[in-house]
Amino acid sequence: MAEYHLKSPFSEEDIRKLKAGDIVYFDGLLFGIRDLTQIYMFDQNHEPPVSLAGAACIHTAPSLRKVGDKWEKICVGTTTSTRMERFTPELISRYGVRAIIGKGGLYQGSLDAMKKYGAVYLAIVGGSAALETQQIEEVEAVYWEHLHPEALYQFRVKNFGPLTVAMDSHGRNLYEEVKAEALKRLPEIYEKLGV
Amino acid sequence: MKDFDYRIVEEAAKQTYIRALCDLPPDVRIALKKAYDRETKPTARAVFEAIFRTIEIADRDKTLICQDTGLPIYKVKIGSMFPWNGARIKKCLYEGAKRATLEFPFRSSSTHPLTRVNPQTSVGVGLPVIYFDFEEDSDSLDILMAPKGSGSENMSKMQMFYPAHGVKALKKFVLDTVIETGANPCPPGIIGVGIGGTADLVMKLAKDAIMRPVGQRHPDPEIARMEEELEEAINATGRGPMGLGGDVSTLAVHIEMAYTHITQNPVAVNTQCWPARRARAVISPDGGVQYGY
Ligand code: SF4
Repeated sequence: MAEYHLKSPFSEEDIRKLKAGDIVYFDGLLFGIRDLTQIYMFDQNHEPPVSLAGAACIHTAPSLRKVGDKWEKICVGTTTSTRMERFTPELISRYGVRAIIGKGGLYQGSLDAMKKYGAVYLAIVGGSAALETQQIEEVEAVYWEHLHPEALYQFRVKNFGPLTVAMDSHGRNLYEEVKAEALKRLPEIYEKLGV
Repeated sequence: MKDFDYRIVEEAAKQTYIRALCDLPPDVRIALKKAYDRETKPTARAVFEAIFRTIEIADRDKTLICQDTGLPIYKVKIGSMFPWNGARIKKCLYEGAKRATLEFPFRSSSTHPLTRVNPQTSVGVGLPVIYFDFEEDSDSLDILMAPKGSGSENMSKMQMFYPAHGVKALKKFVLDTVIETGANPCPPGIIGVGIGGTADLVMKLAKDAIMRPVGQRHPDPEIARMEEELEEAINATGRGPMGLGGDVSTLAVHIEMAYTHITQNPVAVNTQCWPARRARAVISPDGGVQYGY
């Protein structure tokens, strides 16, 4: 297990060196997206007003407050990613997103896109909104405000993590590996439990 | 009865919701620390370290641990010597949960199941979830509050087995359910299990089980043994914190039991995430309030 401290937006080289099980922290840009953001992008054909090339995108519906023209953070946490599987391959192939951050993981379609284009899935510690919120330095922009709390958010983050590389760009999926291992151990566990 | 100031109950309903969201109970903290001490996998240890930093920040800033402020659940125990008006108490819990949401303020997660319209108050038709119970020889009103987030609640499952399936079926069901849920309920948390009762009661028992202090064993030794067995089995799967692999997949298995029908053998699982949030207020007839867990 290696630990990396990166800057986003990421290069392909940054991402290709990451292996499943590594730990990542990063500084720089982070985009917040969710179900509705992506329905708006992909099903209703709206081009994002900002470049997502090399970006890190986190699955979130943040609590923010608008003071004058500025958005301030209240509480930013992470939601389950699996609901967003349908959009992810295109997010990677079409817009060049290099890191998806969430909890629970994604499926094979996303893993294939990650391998092909050089992207990763970074697992955050679910339930740790207090920590995440602290690591967000600024809400730099909110695009498509009418979709809030599922708009497109541009955050600036500092030492954002720890994030575990759960799906890498070489075809490995930690969730699947851990599940396969659990299923392998299962007969023995059943026996011990007497079931 | 007319002299009791019910604003105290409303305030307690509000405060327990906020306290539960910001201040993790001591037993949960200890259980997480113990889990960290026995965890050997480096990535899993990093998950625990992030958890501890989260708790620290929430303590320091009096802020939300997790963004999912959930649906409010109140378990109310009314002492036989407490002067009470049930309808007033019910109203106070509703208003208190609503005020917590609007005045803290935090996100409301309650919504109409068909129109999906969120009233922005955390309450609504049928919410908050309220259970009333009564206690002999007590003069207090005991309010236990737990906010329940969706990541863990969505993983709930129940099954009506037959007596012929035996206890074996119950154990296998619990283990299989936990394996299936994977990373979704933000493990390692509490696995609440209900056995016996009716279809509705068995899930209520599972919910009672997650509201118990972590690691407190069931008083019936046979059930306590089953809790230990299941804990060991779940941890042996190696699913680990956040389902990323590790030695600790659960902090504890809690089982609650009720008698059932001679032809029934029900079981239910209700999972709780690592922020096993709860808070308590004990109100005395003179209006004094003691906050706890
Ligand atoms: S499962 Fe629990 S800890 Fe995880 S996001 Fe939901 S409420 Fe928070």
